[in-house]
Amino acid sequence: MNKNVTLAMGNGGQENNELIKKVFYKAFKNDVLEKAEDAAVIQNGDLAFSTDSFTVSPLFFPGGDIGKLAVCGTCNDLAMMGARPKYLTCSVIIEEGFSIPKLEQIVTSMKTELAKNSAMIVSGDTKVVPHGSIDGIFINTTGIGEIIQAGISSNNISEKDTILISRDIGCHGAAIFAAREGIEISSNLTSDCASLTDQVQALIAAGIEITALRDATRGGVSAVLNEWAQQSHICIEVQEGAIPISPEVHGICELLGFEALDLANEGTFLLAVKQEDVSKALNILHSFTNSLNAAAIADVTHTYNERVVLKSAHGTKRFLDFPTGELLPRIC
Amino acid sequence: MCLSIPSKVVNIDKERNVAVVDTMGVTREAGLELMQENEVQIGDYVLLHIGFIMNKIDEADAVESLKVYNEILQKLDEEERQQVMKDDDKCQNRAP
Amino acid sequence: MSKLHLEDLYSGFRDSNVIKGFSKLIEKEAKKLSKHINIMEVCGGHTHSVMKYGLPQLLPKNINFIHGPGCPVCIMPKERIDHAYVLALQDNVILVTLGDMIKVPGSKGSLQDARSKGADVRFVYSPLDTLKIAEENPEKKIIFFAIGFETTTPMTASLVDIVLQRNIKNIFFHINHVTVPEVMEQLVDSGEVNHDSCDNRIDAFLGPSHVSVITGSKIYERFPQKYNLPVVVAGFEPVDIMEAILMVIKQINESRCELEIEYKRSVNHHGNIKAQALIEKYFEKALQFKWRGLGDVPSSSYMLRQEYAHIDAEKLYRDILPFEEIEDYKLCICGDILRGMAKPHQCSVFGTTCKPSTPLGSCMVSSEGACAAYYKYGNLLNE
Repeated sequence: MNKNVTLAMGNGGQENNELIKKVFYKAFKNDVLEKAEDAAVIQNGDLAFSTDSFTVSPLFFPGGDIGKLAVCGTCNDLAMMGARPKYLTCSVIIEEGFSIPKLEQIVTSMKTELAKNSAMIVSGDTKVVPHGSIDGIFINTTGIGEIIQAGISSNNISEKDTILISRDIGCHGAAIFAAREGIEISSNLTSDCASLTDQVQALIAAGIEITALRDATRGGVSAVLNEWAQQSHICIEVQEGAIPISPEVHGICELLGFEALDLANEGTFLLAVKQEDVSKALNILHSFTNSLNAAAIADVTHTYNERVVLKSAHGTKRFLDFPTGELLPRIC
Repeated sequence: MCLSIPSKVVNIDKERNVAVVDTMGVTREAGLELMQENEVQIGDYVLLHIGFIMNKIDEADAVESLKVYNEILQKLDEEERQQVMKDDDKCQNRAP
Repeated sequence: MSKLHLEDLYSGFRDSNVIKGFSKLIEKEAKKLSKHINIMEVCGGHTHSVMKYGLPQLLPKNINFIHGPGCPVCIMPKERIDHAYVLALQDNVILVTLGDMIKVPGSKGSLQDARSKGADVRFVYSPLDTLKIAEENPEKKIIFFAIGFETTTPMTASLVDIVLQRNIKNIFFHINHVTVPEVMEQLVDSGEVNHDSCDNRIDAFLGPSHVSVITGSKIYERFPQKYNLPVVVAGFEPVDIMEAILMVIKQINESRCELEIEYKRSVNHHGNIKAQALIEKYFEKALQFKWRGLGDVPSSSYMLRQEYAHIDAEKLYRDILPFEEIEDYKLCICGDILRGMAKPHQCSVFGTTCKPSTPLGSCMVSSEGACAAYYKYGNLLNE
């Protein structure tokens, strides 16, 4: 590992994981932390607890803004443990000179998204730093939720499970990239930024015993599949042709040489459910506008443990690794 | 570095010598410096490389290639069917 | 004529059934070969495509790919990367270059390292983006570090043209454009690669897709004529590559030795005349250029013509640019890989000390480099 922090270490992929393991886990060693779930399960399995910081640039993008993201991000982490979000904190660091009307717009977005999750902000902090110290505004949210279905974990996926994805991939990363100044592109690309609580609760209410859930954020779908393969000590075999991708995301990937599987998402999640529950789960997901094209994409085997294999439609296969290197500047 | 990719010309700005091209719903500008005057028309398919239009894709050749591929597939399908029938004829397990 | 949709230009040439179909035809035709054949794909884009689509998994054992030196970042010698590094750290200079150059390590570090030391380095999608940077920074010297094969050279020439026409005073150029036919000839001539050992004798070339769009296929005529080597100019989609391989095998089986074009929809004999004229106007061939791992290849690179010395950064900054030769990292076998003498997984540091996040050699850094392609896509090949 480098002696200095590099941009790549914030990528949600390989370098990020290395930094976390070698610096943070090393110091903060404990069983809960090392489970590396989306949210910590505490208080005898009753509560889920999670934190996230948001540094996205640009602050306003097609499909949302940093405020919406800040609420979705943390609420989704809680939802991924089968919890209903209840209480959030909101800490902001604002650059001197930031426009107050813009700040109000951001806060309004947060309010709207909180309502969708039936959650509330109960504590916060505000700091202002000199002009030039940060880029506009950074937000941290920390959330607590009540666990409705216990036992959802990325460490217990087995050959009895099938892996599904809730919608087409890479929208957030693609939209952010297209909205960046300096890349003169126009398109209909919209971030998939959305709260996932309702979809997860609907699955639980229908009696589906979910094995694992994880939303694909920085690091994209590649990162989640690799994390699952490692944490559960399994091989995940993905049918490349089954992965939903929109033509616009495909277009920008072609134009700029990206892999959609590595692009960030903010409202897309993967699920591992028992094979017999696949149709039921897909039917439920298809009834939500945010998961109209949910699909089954992978099986679990032990062919190459802790690896992910991508199988092409023309009969070849390759490993899919964690994304490496700098991805996009400040996408979430 | 980005590979060259096929795009469709949707607009031309003669004054600034740029074209607007569409790549599956994503549009951007591309320079016409490497093309002859009036060579590129709206609706043309072109190859884009690092912000410039590099050439026009020959539609007739593209269509011809795709046609040939289709014929290859049909021929292979036909051969497979013939083979299956042949194997079937040789099958020992069939009742007379 | 049936209507062509943009989507057809992608999906039609990636169709899995067509790929499988060609695989069957190749298998049939390859049975008639009397010996194992090695096809060198020169272009890095082809290497990337071959590996991404797993094409070696679809070919019979007697057809082998040799990956050639067609990656302009991979063949950049450390000495010239150091030029970029030194220029970037000059006061009041903004160094502008394309994509992957940012991460390639020279002997002092990469441009990314220079950036973390305070150098102003910008990577752009198009050379034309340099104009905006120059306009926004009138008091700075903007040096465009130009890289790439013949595909990219006319775009730099176009920027030179604009700079001169508009009399822009603060843009300069460091030219590192290289050309394909001379290095192909060197590989064939060197004897090393052409000896009787089955392993790395070149039996045919897959000609680069987009270099050929600019130059026309005429630049490869010498290979069938003088060296008795078939050349098939191929597109970079998987169907194109499979079709081109079939064309090569048919030539060999029918005892033909020709220059053919598979990529008919974009390549013709004469190429883009206007682009060639722009190159001719501003550039001439340099006597020598040291290709990493290959040594000097005469007449294989471009430099600005003498009358444009006033915008040539290599001349203007001659006093501070390093010129001593630099050895490659001891265990790095990029040179052998670029000559097709070895495959990436045969390198002792491949995937361990040398990987995309910590590259030792250029072949790992560039997305078109053989090592990067193998690292990302090649791990499930049937070796």
